Amino acid sequence: MKFIDEYRAAPAVLSALERLRRLATRPWNIMEICGGQTHAILRFGIDQLLPEGLRLIHGPGCPVCVTPASLIDAAIAMARTPGVILASFGDMIRVPGTRESLAEARSAGAGVRIVESPLAAVEMARRHPDAQVVFFGVGFENTAPATALAVSLAARQRVQNFSMLAAHVLVPPALEAILGAENCQVDGILAAGHVCAVEGERDYTRIAARYGTPIVVTGFEPLDLLCGILACVRQLEGGQAKVENAYRRAVRPAGNAKAQALVREVYEPADAIWRGIGLIPASGLRLREAYSDFDALLRFPSALREDSMQAGPCLAGQVLQGIIEPPACPAFGQACTPDHPLGAPMVSAEGACSAFYQYKRHVA
Amino acid sequence: MSPEFTLSCPLPLDASGRVQIGHGGGGRLTRDLIERIFAPAFGSRADTDAAVLALGGGQLAMTTDSFVVQPLFFPGGDIGSLAVHGTVNDLAMAGARPLALAAAFILEEGLPLETVARVAASMAEAARRCGVRILTGDTKVVERGRGDGLFITTTGVGALVAPAPLEPSRVEAGDALLVSGDIARHGIAVMASREGLEFESRIESDSAPIHEEVMTLIGEGVELHCLRDCTRGGLATALIEIAGAAQMDFQVDEQQIAVRGDVRAACELLGFDPLYVANEGRFAAIVSAGCAERALEILRRNRPEAAIIGTVLGRGSGRLTAKGPLGAVRVLDLLSGEQLPRIC
Repeated sequence: MKFIDEYRAAPAVLSALERLRRLATRPWNIMEICGGQTHAILRFGIDQLLPEGLRLIHGPGCPVCVTPASLIDAAIAMARTPGVILASFGDMIRVPGTRESLAEARSAGAGVRIVESPLAAVEMARRHPDAQVVFFGVGFENTAPATALAVSLAARQRVQNFSMLAAHVLVPPALEAILGAENCQVDGILAAGHVCAVEGERDYTRIAARYGTPIVVTGFEPLDLLCGILACVRQLEGGQAKVENAYRRAVRPAGNAKAQALVREVYEPADAIWRGIGLIPASGLRLREAYSDFDALLRFPSALREDSMQAGPCLAGQVLQGIIEPPACPAFGQACTPDHPLGAPMVSAEGACSAFYQYKRHVA
Repeated sequence: MSPEFTLSCPLPLDASGRVQIGHGGGGRLTRDLIERIFAPAFGSRADTDAAVLALGGGQLAMTTDSFVVQPLFFPGGDIGSLAVHGTVNDLAMAGARPLALAAAFILEEGLPLETVARVAASMAEAARRCGVRILTGDTKVVERGRGDGLFITTTGVGALVAPAPLEPSRVEAGDALLVSGDIARHGIAVMASREGLEFESRIESDSAPIHEEVMTLIGEGVELHCLRDCTRGGLATALIEIAGAAQMDFQVDEQQIAVRGDVRAACELLGFDPLYVANEGRFAAIVSAGCAERALEILRRNRPEAAIIGTVLGRGSGRLTAKGPLGAVRVLDLLSGEQLPRIC
């Protein structure tokens, strides 16, 4: 498979590891931002192969995991409304809200459907003119163009029974929240390649300079990840802190102008609550005034209730910020498992806790 | 002690207390359902897909399976041929030669009769090819909206041919793990067809009868210890179930497991692990180490992608591990329910 096999080939990966071993002279903590990267690291056992002292911290980059319970509750309330179909990406439906998940709500009769694309939800609305179709728009900057396209298409084609529950989150504000925290243990950052493919490197240049932290744009295959880690360690060992692109086959410095224009046309920045972390200013997206007809929160105004940040044995917030590793949480693998998740990172396959549970439980 | 206080009293399976789609996914939720409700209620074990009954002088294997696939017709097969192959294959996994089937249909009001006729013709053709007869059946119709077009349940009986029972308790340290061909085609074919996903090449289901291969393995004297068809939950789930029941640790080498390029690409796109994607014409075989090469040669007569993929390490907690392309080892666990397409 082109663009996959050559980036998984053992000789290339092992030679990169050898170079890394020669390069790293002291312990470093590197955070990979994206859950897709976490998944690949654990699936291919890259963390087992790294030189001693080099630690990967799994960042907050699972958009499904950081979606606040209040928005999941709102999605459930909409799905329970007669005549409403709540369309969602698959991994969102098992994430617990305050009391239940969309999957559990579906088993009790709520209208929940899994789709692979936001455009499929628009099509569903067209085919069911008597129903209200709401798309649960979750994801980082890389998913926002697709949901923006769905809203813009629905507006142009006057698909009035379609609306968007926008729950997008943005990486740079979260990155600043992590790097600016007092107990921050992160020395270097692997930025999410797909997010940068859309938004480019711009925001990261400022952040790298401000916090003195190297940021390397990194892909998702084993060799991509090692190239990212190599570049990051090279900077750390050399006392540098700049933005570097280790994913050039996909990312241009300015990103994808067309996608950016579409997102800016439909959305504007807004404060957002990150599950387990709290409110981060200007870290989300909401529909602009011109598209407010398609805003599900306005169409179903009683669906959204105030977020209740749960306290309890689950330490998801500290996991998402890289302060602790999942097995250090007292609930991990005990009260909290993929079948009975207490915190969101245990639900999605990309969540740090679930990935640990699936691939590394024998170590814990 | 009053009946309310028996330990087999069904516990709530999860917070919701309701059946979820995941309970049918073949993973942990399915296992919970069986272990906590069905097995205690029926007082029978649940670690094989077919039961063996002594009858007169001989031994009969018996099994049943329900088919709820959507769409009813998909590339490489349809619900009718699937309903025949699935039950024939479950009998084969017990080491039995399939003899006869019964079929029960639940039809939804409004379903075109032409669809019923096509499915019936497909079943008849599949049964003819498998050398079994469909001897009896039943039909029920539910109101429109109370079924999904057409559900089929097939029940089969077969004559036991294997010289010794094929079950997890016979698995020994050092046994070889084999798979009878490339994996993950059926799940991807059905998913692509249901969701309207189009790939450069058409991915067809692997739906096929596998009893002839099993009969040949037995006929040529291969010492089989356990067989499992890699249906719902895929190859990984089949091996995890056997390892768990046998309390033996298994290890597979991922590089030995064949996945066609287009199937692998579709899995990458959807975020699926092919090891957990359904097959309908592939099985895992656990054979004594000395017979591994002969078993492989027999399986490759049908499909050159058949392979020896791993070994039984020894007694343990019943864990399946996979050695990846970089040499690192990961644990493969039962999934909670079905695999869900990932967001990015």
